[in-house]
Amino acid sequence: MAAVLRARGLAKEFRGFRAVDDVDLDVPEGGVHALVGPNGAGKTTLFNLLTGFLRPTAGRVTFGEHELSGRPPERIARLGVARSFQITSLFAQLTAREHVELALQGGTGLGWRFWRSDKRLGRFGDRARDLLAQVRLADLADTRAGALSYGHKRALELALALALDPKVLLLDEPTAGMGAEDVDATVELIGRVRDGRTVVLVEHNMNVVASLADKVTVLQSGRVLAEGPYAEIRRDPRVVAAYLGDADATD
Amino acid sequence: MLQQAFDGLVSGAFYALLALGLAVIFGMLGVVNFAHGAFYMLGAFGAYVLLDHWGVSFWIALPVVPVVLGVVGVAVERLLVRRLAALDPLYNFLLTFGIALVLQDLVKREYGVQSQPYPRPSALSGSVNLGLFSYPSYRVFVLGVAVVACLVVWYALSRTRAGMIVRAATERPELTRALGIDVGRWVTPVFGAGIALAGLAGVLAAPMRAVNPLMGSDLIIAVFAVVVIGGLGSIFGSVVSGFAVGVLTAVTNFYLPSLSQTLVFILMVVVLLWRPAGLFGREEGVA
Repeated sequence: MAAVLRARGLAKEFRGFRAVDDVDLDVPEGGVHALVGPNGAGKTTLFNLLTGFLRPTAGRVTFGEHELSGRPPERIARLGVARSFQITSLFAQLTAREHVELALQGGTGLGWRFWRSDKRLGRFGDRARDLLAQVRLADLADTRAGALSYGHKRALELALALALDPKVLLLDEPTAGMGAEDVDATVELIGRVRDGRTVVLVEHNMNVVASLADKVTVLQSGRVLAEGPYAEIRRDPRVVAAYLGDADATD
Repeated sequence: MLQQAFDGLVSGAFYALLALGLAVIFGMLGVVNFAHGAFYMLGAFGAYVLLDHWGVSFWIALPVVPVVLGVVGVAVERLLVRRLAALDPLYNFLLTFGIALVLQDLVKREYGVQSQPYPRPSALSGSVNLGLFSYPSYRVFVLGVAVVACLVVWYALSRTRAGMIVRAATERPELTRALGIDVGRWVTPVFGAGIALAGLAGVLAAPMRAVNPLMGSDLIIAVFAVVVIGGLGSIFGSVVSGFAVGVLTAVTNFYLPSLSQTLVFILMVVVLLWRPAGLFGREEGVA
């Protein structure tokens, strides 16, 4: 499989500390690629580098023939690389529907009629309804995000990323803080939305990784420790050693 | 007493207009604009200079001065504030504080510290009967303009696509960018609009308050307290708190005149102790 998202020699240094250190990454097109590793391994930093929220100290990121490094996050999002955030991050005052409409209009620019009321334009209504139905939030479309339950918030975040109709979807710990039931629902949901796109996933829950990922990259101290299919990775002695004493190893 | 309360609403209108501008600018840029009072003062002086030098009437000044100041605000953001945006917000506090001092002293050099006279527009020189008491028409007009301006801003923010983006960018700039929206593009117009609101308040103040270089710095301290009471960055909170503080101050002035000047700060302390994020602020708003 050809790599759709590619990093070469990627590094990020914070005041002398190398959070990501000379990482090469090839994300194969159409697959689910999981990034795992103990806390502080640099997974979130790597995510921020891939999506333009951080500028690399060295190295480059390419998406197809587009150079991503150095571009601002909004440009990268519009090119087709969308992300979710690790910490639930929504607009407390906007309803679920407004969130999705905002994401839908993000890619379109405003045009000349930006002062017109949304209701009059109404052109995103159907798409928004579809997306909310996809993540099973259709009934909560008019609920303010602040009033949604944790699991629903995470589902809404996924709908936001999907609204950009991305070729590559980066999910930062999509099941973090969820109970078993929500985890299953999320796994099922990701399994559905992966059709026709590439998913990159930071995940601590090894059951989730086992059931979704085609390829796993293990990071430790900002470097790639091992890479391959899940079945291979879990037997890799270096990986086992990296996880020893880490609570995540018990998953 | 009722008339006092009405006076309070009118002074609350000034608080609300200024606090509204401060709130949108703070929300979008994370910058407390210390120059806000100076732009209010420039609004009043703009109206005065237009009338005094060119005989331009209040009715022309009312739309023209805020627009011109809005353009000045755009220039200030583009040329100065933007350069410091990546640094600690403290640098922009210092910058806007410096801008305030420079503007104030430039006006002081030209016109001195004494107050300049600005007549009420003749169409509004009388008074209207409000049923229970008669009241200067000009003040009724000020209140009306302020309420309309607040409603327009509210409509723009809550009902238009541009407004939705500005609210989103105010609340969570990172997520907004992740949705493919260029937040930086919206900073300049929002800054300009905030300054234009300060200019509008200034023009409205010219016929009823002393037009002098220090009128802004006198008022803005109370407005900062109003913003803190409403909740930093809360647009709705700043307007409600502006009118509420105006009325409470006026009523206090009636019963306990000695306390009225201090009241806004007492309210601020009480609110901070009780709800550190302000009445309508978000909890994360606590710095």
